[in-house]
Amino acid sequence: MTLALYVPRASVVHRLPAGVKLLALAALAVLLFARPTLTVAGAALLGTMAVGLGVARLPVAVLARQALAVRWWLAALFVVHALTTDVPTGTHTVLRLLTLVLAAAVVTATTRVTEMTAVVQRICGPLRLVGVRPERVGLAITMALRFIPVLIERADRIRAAQAARGGSPRGVRALRTTVAPLLVQVLQMAHDVSEALDARGADDVPVRRSRRV
Amino acid sequence: MRFRRPGAAPADADVADPGRGIELRGVGHRYGDRVVLAGIDLRLTEPRIGVIGANGSGKSTFARLLNGLVVPTGGQVIVDGLDTRTQVRAVRRRVGFVFQDPDAQIVHPTVAEDVGYGLENQGVPPDERAARVAEVLARYGLAGHADHPAHLLSGGQKQLLAIAGVLVMRPARVVFDEPTTLLDLVNARRVAELIAGLEQQVVVVTHQLDLLDGFDRVLVVDGGRVVEDAPPGPAVAAYRTLMAGR
Ligand SMILES: Nc1ncnc2c1ncn2[C@@H]1O[C@H](COP(=O)(O)OP(=O)(O)OP(=O)(O)O)[C@@H](O)[C@H]1O
Ligand SMILES: [Mg+2]
Repeated sequence: MTLALYVPRASVVHRLPAGVKLLALAALAVLLFARPTLTVAGAALLGTMAVGLGVARLPVAVLARQALAVRWWLAALFVVHALTTDVPTGTHTVLRLLTLVLAAAVVTATTRVTEMTAVVQRICGPLRLVGVRPERVGLAITMALRFIPVLIERADRIRAAQAARGGSPRGVRALRTTVAPLLVQVLQMAHDVSEALDARGADDVPVRRSRRV
Repeated sequence: MRFRRPGAAPADADVADPGRGIELRGVGHRYGDRVVLAGIDLRLTEPRIGVIGANGSGKSTFARLLNGLVVPTGGQVIVDGLDTRTQVRAVRRRVGFVFQDPDAQIVHPTVAEDVGYGLENQGVPPDERAARVAEVLARYGLAGHADHPAHLLSGGQKQLLAIAGVLVMRPARVVFDEPTTLLDLVNARRVAELIAGLEQQVVVVTHQLDLLDGFDRVLVVDGGRVVEDAPPGPAVAAYRTLMAGR
């Protein structure tokens, strides 16, 4: 299981600032919804694929995985539209969403998590006024991406350990027998991680702040 | 809109006396009512110092005192003239800390991003950060993995990554708490070699006694006290005698 979706390549798209890519994504969304025609949706889809596969040289699998992930959702949407309005409307609605999903995949695959969180931090900048530390928001996002796979692995390990001793609970019981020990591990780990953050200067931040204004 | 210090690395100018080493003066520590360490007076200046002792004897607590992760409930810990109680930030810049479990120390999803984390905290500008990260990754054999997701690394690579994330900050001293416990023989040897090659002063807590070959000084901790303070040979012998009596 991989959540770090970044695919390293030496391309123009990779080098573009994260903020620019996110703005472009937003602009594309606006365009697609402001001009809901088959031509615009089709052209946008082709354009997205050209940028992703051609310019950024991402593997087809990266985009295919995203498209597959939403296939049932798109199919359902198509059916609903086809029944309530007409087939062309259904088609361009689906094309539009597929384009956005793929464009978002291109952005995430060409942008490092740290660059993305730097943008989030900038957007959250004004929250500083109400006492939020934007660096912490960014760190929280990055750490979530880092630790979700770790937790999944720990949960697997607990299940394996239980299976090794003959346990193979199902349903609610399985949830209980896995979740309780996992929670203990998570709390222990949270403590260890906070120590590690401290040891690497996480609270050096006030130094940075005092230089401001 | 990031707020950075103009200079980067911790200036030695912050430090009262860079060569003074780590001093523990009348140090004791308790968690609640429970006394975990007591009566410790030491000055640690040797380049290679080992700490051994039974489970629960207080080694990790001792190690955490050295960079201010734990502030003693009694006495003082002074690092190069800086008191861990009042100047903990400066102390942490001087003293790096490597933990047993690399999974808890890697906080970013990919290798290079994680190594850069401490530098970001120190306000090192992005260009210099990238250069220092690349240099450290190359030195510890992780150059080819810069953009790899950290959770796909092997256990040994993860520990190397955790160590790289500390060394990139260029601390003057590094404390390791059981750095090889979770590693197989090959990776444990690699980490041992890496530690042996460091120019920094190192303090290593370990149950793996062969890690202490060539060390200058080994402390044996028992029941919260330093019961032996000697070169590795006699210290390990004393530890074996102590354990044989249990
Ligand atoms: N945060 C804490 N709160 C309460 N008690 C603690 C805490 N950390 C450690 N202890 C207790 O303090 C004692 C010393 O713990 P410490 O972790 O320093 O031992 P250690 O020598 O590192 O052991 P090990 O070899 O098992 O790692 C133990 O009895 C432990 O249970
Ligand atoms: Mg310990």
